[in-house]
Amino acid sequence: MTATDPLRFHVPAPSARPGEPPDFSYVAVPAAGAVRRPAIDAMATDIRDLADTMIRVLDDEARAIGPWSPPTSPDDLRRGLRAMMKTRAYDDRMQRAQRQGKTSFYMRCTGEEAIAVGHALELGPRDMYFPTYRQQGWLIARDWPLVDMMCQIFSNEKDRLHGRQMPVMYSARAAGFVSISGNLGTQYVQAVGWAMASAIKGDTCIASGVVGEGTTAEADFHYALTFAAAYRAPVILNVVNNQWAISSSQAVAGGESATFAARAIGHGIAALRVDGNDNLAVLAATRWARERALANHGPTLIEWVTYRAGAHSTSDDPSKYRPADEWKSWPLGDPIERLASHLIGTGSLSELQQSELQAEVEAEVMSAAREAESYGTLLDGRVAGFKSIFEDVFKEMPPHLMRQREQAGL
Amino acid sequence: MASMSMNAAVRSALDVMLGRDDNVVVFGEDVGFFGGVFRCTEGLQAKYGSHRVFDTPIAEGGIIGVAVGMGAYGLRPVPEIQFADYVYPGLDQLISEAARLRYRSAAEFTAPITVRMPCGGGIHGGQTHSQSPEALFTHVCGLKTVMPSTPYEAKGLLIAAIEDDDPVVFLEPKRLYNGPFDGHHDRPVVPWSAHPLGDVPDGYYTIPLGTAAIRRPGSDVTVLAYGTMVYVAETAAAEVGIDAEIIDLRTLLPLDTDTIEQSVRKTGRCVIVHEATRTSGFGAELAATVQELCFYSLEAPIERVTGWDTPYPHAQEWDYFPGPARVGAALRRVVGA
Ligand SMILES: Cc1ncc(C[n+]2csc(CCOP(=O)(O)OP(=O)(O)O)c2C)c(N)n1
Repeated sequence: MTATDPLRFHVPAPSARPGEPPDFSYVAVPAAGAVRRPAIDAMATDIRDLADTMIRVLDDEARAIGPWSPPTSPDDLRRGLRAMMKTRAYDDRMQRAQRQGKTSFYMRCTGEEAIAVGHALELGPRDMYFPTYRQQGWLIARDWPLVDMMCQIFSNEKDRLHGRQMPVMYSARAAGFVSISGNLGTQYVQAVGWAMASAIKGDTCIASGVVGEGTTAEADFHYALTFAAAYRAPVILNVVNNQWAISSSQAVAGGESATFAARAIGHGIAALRVDGNDNLAVLAATRWARERALANHGPTLIEWVTYRAGAHSTSDDPSKYRPADEWKSWPLGDPIERLASHLIGTGSLSELQQSELQAEVEAEVMSAAREAESYGTLLDGRVAGFKSIFEDVFKEMPPHLMRQREQAGL
Repeated sequence: MASMSMNAAVRSALDVMLGRDDNVVVFGEDVGFFGGVFRCTEGLQAKYGSHRVFDTPIAEGGIIGVAVGMGAYGLRPVPEIQFADYVYPGLDQLISEAARLRYRSAAEFTAPITVRMPCGGGIHGGQTHSQSPEALFTHVCGLKTVMPSTPYEAKGLLIAAIEDDDPVVFLEPKRLYNGPFDGHHDRPVVPWSAHPLGDVPDGYYTIPLGTAAIRRPGSDVTVLAYGTMVYVAETAAAEVGIDAEIIDLRTLLPLDTDTIEQSVRKTGRCVIVHEATRTSGFGAELAATVQELCFYSLEAPIERVTGWDTPYPHAQEWDYFPGPARVGAALRRVVGA
């Protein structure tokens, strides 16, 4: 090897492509309970190791062990399980509705339910969530009416967003859920701004922003970390690492060289890397980060390690770029099964109750769908009217828009 | 000659140029192994290797920024922005860097890049998959802006853009990828394979940037259009029975003012059609140009038919889209029919 040998261009590649056996050897899975739980006022520089490991509470037998095992009542856990099951039933139903032509598009969060659901149950009613399109579990955990969500999916007359936004781009201020933009990453730094505002005003609520691991590449991600660190903003910066960004593996976003949690280290931001398919770990890590923020110790970046079990969206076909059965080999399992096993193992749930719960959430989703569909869908063409498209561009309609509305015959 | 869809024609242009010029590199979100969300790069990584055709992180500023650096080195990068609606994080690299590198270095450094991006509505994409931001680019000194409307044009113009030594923004109307579209969304799509304009030579050819095409000669009124609106205008003129001369501008900058001037001098009337919003849209530039060049030939006010000045709505897509009814009504008004 001499200094004049030609350079080589490195292009990151996933561990397996279609037709190859799934290979998750790149995901190191420490034993549950193995990672320490520092005090909430720990210096970020003293807990760098937590960015390189994985906080897990549920072990292989679904027992809750270790210092992160949260003091959570069986009732609360059952509530979380119910929300996760309902989220999956909701996704099934909406995906089917898309196939039936009742809506143009849908995005499911299968395999990732524990994250948004756990986060929603731990954060306070006045905390503000800046979600992505894959955090419907938050709304469901907060008991937001399914009919309202579905009317948005169907763009019908009861859609509070007047059919303006693509399906799944909800907005629900009363649930602490910010209007979803669709432009990746833009809202991460806004979460920091919200948190800064809360601190400026001496308020007592925090903000929480979400990006997928793919989106950590956007500049907005880096703005968010810089501002959050500089102002010690009371914010949780979530990176949902579901291994895939459409067809690009986490390696394309730089996951080969360092964890996504480690992005925080250079900023002096506390980082946790957490088993995102372990609802108890989600609750525990969220609680830690929230308490830290509320005590003025600043931001926490949390990488949630999970797997996108479904297609990116109804427009996507993952069999073209990853092994079809990859999900079955995912080392962190199915979050719903793991929480259910835990509750069964602790005697807080019976198998019969689990199947009753399943029937119950399916019935709930079904009846909500019937009602929402009765207000119209893309299939029957009863969608939000034309008239409203000129409204809300500005608070008061300027003359040129009034003129255009008139030209449009309205 | 082969029958090609518009995305196949784009792919063919990239294929030809990757084969002819070792300096051509193609990259963007999901363009490598997967072949792009609109399949425009399908098979190219397998054929040319992942050092020539590769996936990038999700960072439009990064994508255009590295393209500028590679271009300065001497490559001819052809980055893809997944949707034109997502180009905004890349605008600083495009506007402050790519567009001005030649000028500020007195041509010591240049950015011979072609930034491809699908644009326009018609796929129920709402405000983040439907926009037509061409006027943002034409307003920047140092960028060329191209928008083809047929597979044949897409290939010839894309090859010309890649060979061009200046940065080019290459907008691909996504509603035309699979077939021509005249705004009648309730009618079945005619695939390019059943359309004469889907015939595309297999090998190398170019269509010079800065040349418009007269898509339909006529004498009553000149219609200036580009992209999807070319078909909408053709159908609208046929439906109202007006003998319109329809000009497909193809390149917005540099603009073929000779073709425009000759036509408007002949017809004395002009309707401008674009899908983008109206205020400060490219139609305003066209109207000013026609007025400057043809004022004494004009027999009626110039009309613009455009998207409304609102974000692109999801459910009301067809009320928003300037379809044949609105274009036809404007044609009638302008010819006084
Ligand atoms: C600025 C911007 N660029 C590109 C896109 C297109 N796009 C939508 S989702 C997506 C992948 C995002 O992956 P990731 O952040 O990992 O989240 P995931 O979908 O896996 O939850 C891409 C490229 C977009 N919406 N916005």
